[in-house]
Amino acid sequence: MSAVIKLENFSKTYYTGAVDVHAVRGVSLEIQPGEFVAVMGASGSGKSTLMNAIGCLDRPTSGKYWLDGVDVGTLDRDDLADLRNEKIGFVFQGFNLLSRTSALENVELPMLYARPGVRGRDQLDRALKALETVGLSDRADHHPNQLSGGQQQRVAIARALVNQPKLLLADEPTGNLDSRTSIEIMGVFQELNAQGMTVVMVTHELDIAHYSSRMVIMRDGRVVTDERVTDRLFAPKELSRLDREQQAVQLA
Amino acid sequence: MIVLATLKIAVRALKRNTLRTLLTMLGIIIGVGAVIAMVSIGNGAKARIESQIAAMGQNVILVMSGNISRGGFRFGFGNPGTLKVEDYEALRREVEGVAAISPEIRVSAQVAAGNQNHFPTVVGVGSAYVDIRSWRFASGANFTEADVRNANKVALIGQTASETLFGAGTDPVGQVIRIKNAPFTIVGFLKSKGMGMGLSSQDQDDVVFVPYNSAMKRLTGDTTFRSFSIQAATPDLMPSVQSEVIELLRQKHRIGPGREDDFIVRTQREISETATETSRTMTMLLGCIAGVSLLVGGIGIMNIMLVSVTERTREIGVRMAVGARGKDILMQFLIEAVTLSIVGGLIGILLGVGSSRLLSAKMGWETLTSPESIVTAFVFSAAIGIFFGFYPARKAAKLDPIDALRYE
Repeated sequence: MSAVIKLENFSKTYYTGAVDVHAVRGVSLEIQPGEFVAVMGASGSGKSTLMNAIGCLDRPTSGKYWLDGVDVGTLDRDDLADLRNEKIGFVFQGFNLLSRTSALENVELPMLYARPGVRGRDQLDRALKALETVGLSDRADHHPNQLSGGQQQRVAIARALVNQPKLLLADEPTGNLDSRTSIEIMGVFQELNAQGMTVVMVTHELDIAHYSSRMVIMRDGRVVTDERVTDRLFAPKELSRLDREQQAVQLA
Repeated sequence: MIVLATLKIAVRALKRNTLRTLLTMLGIIIGVGAVIAMVSIGNGAKARIESQIAAMGQNVILVMSGNISRGGFRFGFGNPGTLKVEDYEALRREVEGVAAISPEIRVSAQVAAGNQNHFPTVVGVGSAYVDIRSWRFASGANFTEADVRNANKVALIGQTASETLFGAGTDPVGQVIRIKNAPFTIVGFLKSKGMGMGLSSQDQDDVVFVPYNSAMKRLTGDTTFRSFSIQAATPDLMPSVQSEVIELLRQKHRIGPGREDDFIVRTQREISETATETSRTMTMLLGCIAGVSLLVGGIGIMNIMLVSVTERTREIGVRMAVGARGKDILMQFLIEAVTLSIVGGLIGILLGVGSSRLLSAKMGWETLTSPESIVTAFVFSAAIGIFFGFYPARKAAKLDPIDALRYE
């Protein structure tokens, strides 16, 4: 099986002002289908730059990047947009849902830009199915401001899934959520991963990273650690543990 | 991306800020409305002038007294003075190709009937006048050449004058009116011709015609005419009739070569050309002023679209992240701008048509809303949307998705 993500000596340099910023310096990385990878690092470590590149929002300064066998470095703006549409589902820290737009319509958004287009009837079916996957079928006509943070992030995940991408890319997906909701979202990711979805997640929280199966730690634009997660956490177990602890507190 | 879906997005975005959308549209609404109303007024005036000139009669040449200098004083057009009875007789006898000729003399006089007083236009004319100016009779008949010769006290009366003096629906033929206390018997009742030339709203039907001899001898005591109306037998004869008239009058008035005429000769076409030119200039002027307001409306759209792009930077980032191409974003904002301007344009058309109707009804101004001006205004408003929407839309399309997503 070919790698979903293959980076070869990937570098990104920003030429802003007097000093060139070497955000990522020569990273080589391969992520296979079905992996759940957490990219960690302090701020300024280059992990966001790496994420943008993996998300085809940006192109490498030097080195190569293949997404699902496609050499991203040779593509123009429009091709990158099509590639994102087809192969990547984005989940952001701030959810980035369109306000005053129903959950359903938010989920339908990527299909508006699909080539070839999706018929209206199929659009609705697929959007509803994606919402069902994240357990929000009953909130389809709610607007983002009527939903909790966790629910909003689920809508965002449904939006990411609706075009059946090869890769789910999450940038600090739990950054704006409390710990319980964070675990719930990790649960959704783990479930999707179990069904075969490749997930790449940037986080700076170590406990969140432990829900993944592989941890990549970056420092100063380089990968310093790349290892299997040995003491992996599982969301259902953690949730019931959390419930027990809360009960204990209440009893005391 | 399907245009319909983009349209839906645009409409939703516009609905999100109803007040702002309406205010932005207002510029276009007023602009388009003003263009349509102004052009309607201009066209209405033009149509009226044209029908007015057609009502002057066929192949008519006007000779007006004018440009006389006496003792260093220069008198303007229409002054009593230069057109004498002998001139009339000579023109009648000697010019070839004349079908009919009539002198005119204005009488400024009060007209009374019973206990009613009125100030209509009283004109002394020849018996051919009503034919030349294509007046028709509602009842009665024209006065005769004998009436003119004998200076009989007979008169023709127009609709408005008759209504004022005798009341609506009364046939005035046989009634007696007193002009400057001289009793005149009405022999003919004229059919209506409508409003007068230009915006002055002079009523053509508020008129009394008497034989010119009667006017001169019994009313004014003048010995000169104000003007002659000459009808050429055919359109082809007009140039030769015109030059013969000029030659004869110069000879009669003993005007040496190189000296200015003391009369003015105008053919119907010349008058109509001047009048149409004037009304065309007016229409253009009004249209230009209205066009400026349309332009200002367009700038308003551009302004709001720029604000909207900045406000929705994150939305643009999200759309780009999930696969929108620059072109999709461009289309989205362009369609939004065009929707603004087209809806504004449609409302403006209604407003323009409505206000020109209102102007005709309340002010009595004739207006003419042509389908062309409506179509032009509509296309123009759409074009304004594209023109002024393009820059903001392109700005949105060129955003970098990473920066847009990070925008606070």
